[in-house]
Amino acid sequence: MNTAMHVLPYLVAVYVFLTGCYGLATSRNLIHAVGCLAVCQSATYVLLLAVGYRDGATAPVFSDIEPGSRPVVDPVVQALTLTDIVVGATVTALLLALVLQIAKRHGTVDPDELRELRG
Amino acid sequence: MHHLLPLLVALPLLGAAVLVATGRHLPRIAAEITGFAVSGGTAALAVVLLLDSSPPMVEWVGGWLPVGGESVGILVVGDGPALGMATLVSLLTLAALAYSWRYFDQPPHGRTGTFTALMLVFQGGMCGFAIAGDLFNAFVFFELMSVTAYALTGYRIDEAKAVQGALTFGVVNSLGAYAMLMGIALLYARTGELAMTKIGRGLDSAAGQGGPDALVLASFVLVLTGLLVKAAAVPFHFWLPDAHAVAPTPVCMLLSGVMVELGAYGVWRVYGTVFAGPGGIPAADLTRALVTLGAVTAAVGAVMCWYQRHIKRLLAYSTVAHTGLFVIGLGILTPEGDDGVALYMLGHAGVKAALFACAGVLLDRFGSVDEHALHGRAGQLRATGVMFGIGALGLAGLPTFGTGLGKAITEEAVGGPLTVVFVAASAVTAGAVLRVTARVFLGLGPRPEDAEYETSGSDEEPETPGLLGRIPDTMTIVPAVLLAAALAVGSVPGFGELVARYVNETGSGGAHVSVHWTLHGAVLGVASTVLAAALAALAVTRPRWVAAPDWAAPLRRLQSGHVGDYVAWLLVGATVLGALALPGVLGG
Repeated sequence: MNTAMHVLPYLVAVYVFLTGCYGLATSRNLIHAVGCLAVCQSATYVLLLAVGYRDGATAPVFSDIEPGSRPVVDPVVQALTLTDIVVGATVTALLLALVLQIAKRHGTVDPDELRELRG
Repeated sequence: MHHLLPLLVALPLLGAAVLVATGRHLPRIAAEITGFAVSGGTAALAVVLLLDSSPPMVEWVGGWLPVGGESVGILVVGDGPALGMATLVSLLTLAALAYSWRYFDQPPHGRTGTFTALMLVFQGGMCGFAIAGDLFNAFVFFELMSVTAYALTGYRIDEAKAVQGALTFGVVNSLGAYAMLMGIALLYARTGELAMTKIGRGLDSAAGQGGPDALVLASFVLVLTGLLVKAAAVPFHFWLPDAHAVAPTPVCMLLSGVMVELGAYGVWRVYGTVFAGPGGIPAADLTRALVTLGAVTAAVGAVMCWYQRHIKRLLAYSTVAHTGLFVIGLGILTPEGDDGVALYMLGHAGVKAALFACAGVLLDRFGSVDEHALHGRAGQLRATGVMFGIGALGLAGLPTFGTGLGKAITEEAVGGPLTVVFVAASAVTAGAVLRVTARVFLGLGPRPEDAEYETSGSDEEPETPGLLGRIPDTMTIVPAVLLAAALAVGSVPGFGELVARYVNETGSGGAHVSVHWTLHGAVLGVASTVLAAALAALAVTRPRWVAAPDWAAPLRRLQSGHVGDYVAWLLVGATVLGALALPGVLGG
């Protein structure tokens, strides 16, 4: 039971990543595809936070607890996750802007109908 | 001196911020001069730091020094290869900015300097990736340069093809970056460290007497997937032709000249510092993986390059082929291979940027980059035609180009049957460029027939305000300077030795390698050039003999322009990479 609970977050991360990839590969709508890319990125959040988890630990905020008085989760991975979210927001915003332009110029957001660049 | 290292990133970013903040009040000329000054200043700083980089410098940004051997700070490393790449990035950005002097249409009111600002952010991101000493910041700078590159690729947002190419580029590269981040998280889970050298040591001590396990293999595959997507190794390469064919010419110069090479540099850096120890991936497995992928990349790139008629796409595939050669050279893990690839990259950056610059002249003069439509039309552009031809010879590795010297040394280091791959890939790509020169600038041969499944390159919008009647001097001088630099890399006595010394100090513990032209290398370089000329002559006089055979059609259909297909190929590639590296983990 305990081992299963420890492995579960990692399995969730893998599952979320592969789900996002499946969505990207089979997407019929570019907005949906950009969403799937964000799903793939969510897998990295899950993985990073799972890596830093400790049993019985609290948030690494020392304003109300004495340093060393009780275990805290790893703050490094939380900082990484925050940075990762910022990166993800930038990428998603830019890609959605590009999808908007594709809709205007091609008149469609179905990747199956975008066949200008090939061969 | 090491305190100045972060300025390589901070200067361009500050310059970009100033341009964005004051752009609306600045006349265009002031914005462009600011761009030059910042980019040139960064280049000068990179050169000064490079000359001072022995012994290598290390800087903990913001003074967050390690306490008791543990650190959470941002680490930047200033050794020969890192600062060499930063110098190359900065000089090439300067060249691209000079080329694009008064290049684009008058930007919309209140947005003066947008392009220059984006180029500066791109420069900062690439410099940051080159000098990053910890994996997480390598990821952040990887994403910074990628995001800027997407924006620059889709800079002309009114162009249907440009936005499509930029989106494909964005989705595939970001997915690769997220795979890389998963790998970094696994490495952190195992070692509790982010600095590359410390992760390497952590893996070794965690492994103890045993070898690598499944977690190390998974992190290796994930991190290398991200880097190989950037390096455009087959089957991660599909985004590259689509992006390079549609990006504005000055951006193509940077994408092909240095950004793709940064992916290969990342592979070299990460393997050497993180996975090279006893707890990492055994050398034999890395060699198997990289040499296999590199050889396939070179072959696919060369074949696809030959069958293109869209000139920028043709050059993009030639970049794919040459990156394959870089990956082979780095994969054999010898000091000679590293030195050869370093020189090859320097020469290739000059030659390829010059070729893209010449293709840009065609685009802005005729509104087309289609080899068939331009047949015999560019006869009066003598200077551009001559430079295009010289660039082709450089691509073939003719002595004494830098590409030739680098290729000769890498060939000798790799040895054996793979020499054929080097000679063939450089000959075919150079032959394709020579064929374009003969048809477009000299008007030789009959007009070729159209194929069924291809991107033509006709009906492109020029990037300048209207079609150019007269080619501005900057658009001729910049490629000439770039070609001269590529020639100098291979000809200036002692330059090769200097590069080798810088590379080996980091890469192989100061191994001394004698880097110079040998008879063997020069003969192979001349052989590639002769072969390229023969192929081009055959293509022009007897087009039917070298037309696309039936077996090439499926290969071309793989490049479907569909982003979902490319994502599926990325997953296939990651699986193949894992399979190639698996034996060492099972054996350990």
